[in-house]
Amino acid sequence: MTRQTPIATGSDWNFEVLAEFEREIARLADEYRLDTYPNQIEVITSEQMMDAYASVGMPVGYHHWSFGKQFLSVEQAYRRGQMGLAYELVINSDPCIAYLMEENTLMMQVLVMAHACYGHNSFFKGNYLFRTWTDAGSIIDYLVFARKYVAECEERYGVVAVEQLLDACHALQNYGVDRYKRPSPISAEEEALRQAEREEYLQAQVNTLWRTIPQAGQDLEENAQDYGDDPLGLHQAGRYPPEPQENLLYFIEKNAPLLAPWQREIVRIVRKLAQYFYPQRQTQVMNEGWATFWHYTLMNRMFDEGLVDEGLILEFLQSHTAVVHQQPFDSPYYNGINPYALGFAMFTDIRRICEAPTDEDREWFPDIAGSNWLETLHFAMRNFKDESFIQQFLSPKVIRDLKLFNVIDDDQDEMLTVAAIHDERGYRRLREALSVQYALSVREPNIQIYAADIRGDRSLTLRHVQDRRRPLAKSVYPVMRHLHQLWGFTVRLESVEDDEVVRRYQWPLPNEGGQE
Amino acid sequence: MSYFIDRRANAKHKSAVNRQRFLDRYRTHIKRSVEEAVNRRSITDMQHGEKVSIPTRDISEPVFQHGQGGHRSIVSPGNREFDEGDRLRRPSGGGGGDGSGEGGASNQGEGMDEFAFSLTRDEFLDFVFDGLELPHLERKQLMDLEEVKPVRSGITRDGVPSRINIVRSMREAQARRIAMRAPIRRALREAMDALEEEERKDPVLRNPSRVQELKAEIERLEKRLEAVPFIDTYDLRYNNLVNQPTPSNKAVMFCVMDVSGSMTQSHKDIAKRFFLLLYLFLERNYEKVELVFVRHHTAAKEVDEEEFFYSRETGGTIVSSALTLVDEIISDRYPPADWNLYVAQASDGDNWDDDSTTCREVLSKSLMRKLAYFTYVEITPHAHQALWEEYEAVEADFPSRFAMRQIIEPGDIYPVFRELFRKVEA
Repeated sequence: MTRQTPIATGSDWNFEVLAEFEREIARLADEYRLDTYPNQIEVITSEQMMDAYASVGMPVGYHHWSFGKQFLSVEQAYRRGQMGLAYELVINSDPCIAYLMEENTLMMQVLVMAHACYGHNSFFKGNYLFRTWTDAGSIIDYLVFARKYVAECEERYGVVAVEQLLDACHALQNYGVDRYKRPSPISAEEEALRQAEREEYLQAQVNTLWRTIPQAGQDLEENAQDYGDDPLGLHQAGRYPPEPQENLLYFIEKNAPLLAPWQREIVRIVRKLAQYFYPQRQTQVMNEGWATFWHYTLMNRMFDEGLVDEGLILEFLQSHTAVVHQQPFDSPYYNGINPYALGFAMFTDIRRICEAPTDEDREWFPDIAGSNWLETLHFAMRNFKDESFIQQFLSPKVIRDLKLFNVIDDDQDEMLTVAAIHDERGYRRLREALSVQYALSVREPNIQIYAADIRGDRSLTLRHVQDRRRPLAKSVYPVMRHLHQLWGFTVRLESVEDDEVVRRYQWPLPNEGGQE
Repeated sequence: MSYFIDRRANAKHKSAVNRQRFLDRYRTHIKRSVEEAVNRRSITDMQHGEKVSIPTRDISEPVFQHGQGGHRSIVSPGNREFDEGDRLRRPSGGGGGDGSGEGGASNQGEGMDEFAFSLTRDEFLDFVFDGLELPHLERKQLMDLEEVKPVRSGITRDGVPSRINIVRSMREAQARRIAMRAPIRRALREAMDALEEEERKDPVLRNPSRVQELKAEIERLEKRLEAVPFIDTYDLRYNNLVNQPTPSNKAVMFCVMDVSGSMTQSHKDIAKRFFLLLYLFLERNYEKVELVFVRHHTAAKEVDEEEFFYSRETGGTIVSSALTLVDEIISDRYPPADWNLYVAQASDGDNWDDDSTTCREVLSKSLMRKLAYFTYVEITPHAHQALWEEYEAVEADFPSRFAMRQIIEPGDIYPVFRELFRKVEA
């Protein structure tokens, strides 16, 4: 390969240089078949980066105090020098928006372009979760719509009323997704068009559900026989909803008896945005690992071709090493498993298994050992989320390199037990345990709507399917209070383990003060 | 395909609204911190913001989470000494590992009990002066021609092209077109109806010249219809601007302090803090605030700030000398018609006995009629003397413009200040 002269040296950058680097990265990325949305690369100041940060990276968003709180804490940490601003922020949209911070050195800008504009971007476009749950083309429009709608409501109904509603919705936003149903993508334009229509329709539907005058008719004749003090059989109609509902916000939006149409719309907005972030919560390791793998690969390719000089590549390696460093569990700086480290290690190892498999690899990964590494990597990126990705691809080598171990902490046992370490017997168990650790269904309590007493006191009952005796945290009460605000009537929550109710919560608190 | 956008020139502070929402929501918490800070800080220190902490539990955003207990399995990296089946003591402090996982956006956890952030100077001062009001804040009219501001005032028929009001002009044009075309249209319709009627007749009965005539008429009318201009100079409307003299927004603050031997440095420090609070407060309400320092022992003198606070003097005290000097300065330089006048006086209450009556006279007869507000703080733990009593009489005469309070120790300054400028409930 003929070595070319470096595009630029030193740490200063300008737009021409960036554009030239971008072209080269694009060329190399194309060689690796990274399929991306068009890139919209925005150069911003650190102040603007903090703004972007505070709004979870969204270029537009509705106003809420919690974003202000986020901003203040970012600002405080930045001023104190506790944290460098993340040098990259990228938005899953079409075109894909990535931010470059003005203060960054040339190396950083190139690194961010490789990492965000080609790594994350191709992940957004390729991964099945993002394809299913988000519509990159319409998200910005939808955000604009949401912001405008919320602002209008604030004007019409007061900032406080809207704020309280948003507080309540935010408390439930992790429960705003149908995990087992695919959503139908919808464009923001349609959304706005249909919104007025929907308001009326929704209200009509709710009215039907809550109609208080019993309907005379077939019920009466069929069940008129012998129901004692319920001759009309009004309480015999079965539970509503017939099946437990996991999407709390959706259920509220469609069924809460007292919400005004605009309130339902805001519930919907929060739900839609929660849905947009849903894939990101489940693909942190993969997403960061994929982006890190590609920035590493692309930077090295550029160095090989002579497009960057030694100074730049050394600066890059230092930064890269810091990013993928995994602190051991007993370090004072330990802050959980570093998704960059784990993800990068796994993708790198998949490539190694394909290119230079050992006997161990052949035994563990007969399908991919010796296969085309690029094909395999793309396959892994497309079809998995963290949970299944680890289940499928975590190799003994990565377990050994990271020295993973599994501890069982059971409150009925005085001591902790080391269940598995990085040895022959531990690999499978560790892989299983780590995969479970990333499963959203295990990380978050499983809570579903169980019954709404539409014929009686209108109370709402939720069921928490307790898993391995892990109770709910104290925050259950404030969340119930928020739920009560939305529902308007008594809200109950039952923790169920092995078909047995082990604990009951209620809001408003029962007068006796009974259950804790 | 990629493109670059330079957004650096775009507005920052996109989060300003959210930030303000947050501050509003935790007003009471923040106010408490600010009050503590004001009492703690040295006075020269008012120019910067303040760090404020709020207990994390008060601002948490609750979500359903797993609590402690039950059976959990944690995978961690960096094993050095453990072997399968090892039994370990539970680390104190519970928790251990990140079993519950975090969503990424939340900044709770990390064992932080306090949510700390910084207020900017302006926000800080907002909280310091929250709920306070300047008495008699008057916008004095200034005849100075420089202080005019062009303001929109309606619409005119003539003006320069840059001020054309397009919407209004188009509306006029449309109205005119409708008005001018209506009669032509009516005539046209009549002519067409007549023609149609003529043509429907049996060919034998048809009057060819009449048909000819009507056709010519229709053609003529159609031409006229087309000739109505889309827009005419007559339609044009312009935004009208008039120069409005803006009310002057100026205040002058007289700091009057006793520097006789009985005033110690700590007295002066207290006085200085009080003056500074007042100055900051005025600064927030007026565009321009001038300061005049008048110190006195037996004779009064106008001095600069440094000398005012730090030079030492000895001797007796004649308060009226200072009041007379203030009165003279006002007459010389600050006509009450143009300036909002504030006097803040600090003293330890000492005065020559027969001078106190003179003070009262100067105030009642002359000075009080010009001032917006007069505040007097007496910095003494001792019993009041003649001056206080005379001033009480003045306060009775001018209850809304004269205020006096006693300060014993530095901690009193802020509460006294707040009391003096408390917002009067309407």
